[in-house]
Amino acid sequence: MHDTQPSSMPSPAPKSSRRGFLKVAAAGLAGVIIAPGVRLIEIAQAASGGPVASQGASSKVRWGMLIDSGKCASGCTDCVTACNTENGLSGGKLPTDSQWIRKIEIKEVRTGKTQSLPMLCQHCAEPPCVDVCPTGASFKRADGIVLVDKHICIGCRYCVMACPYKARSFVHEPMTNQKADVPRGMGTVEGCTMCVHKIDKGEMPACVSACSDAGHGAILFGDLNDPNSDISKRLASYPSRQIREDLNLNTGVRYSGI
Amino acid sequence: MMGLLLASGVTAVASGAAPKAAGRVPQPVIESARGDKCVEDPAFMRRNHMIVLKHQRDDTMHGGIRGAKHSLKGCISCHASQTTNSVAATSTNFCQSCHSYAAVKIDCFECHSSRPAATTAQHLSPQAKPAQTAAAQQLQEVAMPQQVKP
Repeated sequence: MHDTQPSSMPSPAPKSSRRGFLKVAAAGLAGVIIAPGVRLIEIAQAASGGPVASQGASSKVRWGMLIDSGKCASGCTDCVTACNTENGLSGGKLPTDSQWIRKIEIKEVRTGKTQSLPMLCQHCAEPPCVDVCPTGASFKRADGIVLVDKHICIGCRYCVMACPYKARSFVHEPMTNQKADVPRGMGTVEGCTMCVHKIDKGEMPACVSACSDAGHGAILFGDLNDPNSDISKRLASYPSRQIREDLNLNTGVRYSGI
Repeated sequence: MMGLLLASGVTAVASGAAPKAAGRVPQPVIESARGDKCVEDPAFMRRNHMIVLKHQRDDTMHGGIRGAKHSLKGCISCHASQTTNSVAATSTNFCQSCHSYAAVKIDCFECHSSRPAATTAQHLSPQAKPAQTAAAQQLQEVAMPQQVKP
């Protein structure tokens, strides 16, 4: 009766392990002699012959964006369109449809100067959505990306209420034809994932690519923890702000020129 | 020759449509996969696929480890039906077939796409299916006689 549940996860065949180790060791030595740039992990993955998984999120990096509102063109919605296309969002056909990124116009009342900027999940270091989540579905990944685990989300929408940036949406209608990389379903909360499926492959988020393709280059994406990254250098040398700095959330998305 | 081909095609379709009777017990239809070999022993997978999938699910969602051995996307890309390009579109498709036989509801595909990533677009258009005639479908079945296994 109890044979349906194995006591542990399957382990690789013990027969091949010694041979596999020797193969890896030999390949490793050859790697040192032939190509010093080859890392052991790559040799091990090549030797195992199985599917190669991505390395996963590391707490050594913290992904962030710097948005230059001076370069962001009023009326341009390329980042919003790219987000909708990448993640399979409808783009607002129904009033209840999800919105992960939106363009906002701000105006200095006295001078009448207007500015345009995209508003999205700010990927806070201290995210209020994570604080209030009763199930642990709203969480922060090791690399600072704030996500919703929809397997655990019960759709209570506390996080929607808690977010100062109105960055989360609730899926009201049944979903069909989702993207293979972006699962979305009725009854769960969702928001900007910083295109986590692309970041894990070493690519840029869709909005960042679209903005640079449009020639604006208003969004700079990179590792906030690396002092030599473009974004860190820019943050170190030019003034930038976090929106609602008073809340001390230490946002991953920073703005300059506002 | 053509008649023979069509006749055998009809047999293949008929055996593919209804649960096959092996002795007194009806069996679910299992469409053959596109790849050569499953990532685990099939007998192990029949009983434990939900455990390995759930384990991988948490690794991917929280750890960002993608493209690993037990990823759902990997299952779908191999097991998607040759005709519907999905694992759960019709009652004979790979996941749906056993799950409807065992009366266990699958929640996966309320959020996850049941189609492989690369060819999603071409199968999304509703015009794609009617263009394929019944005869062409039958010939396709003949070309893949191993599609239906007990």
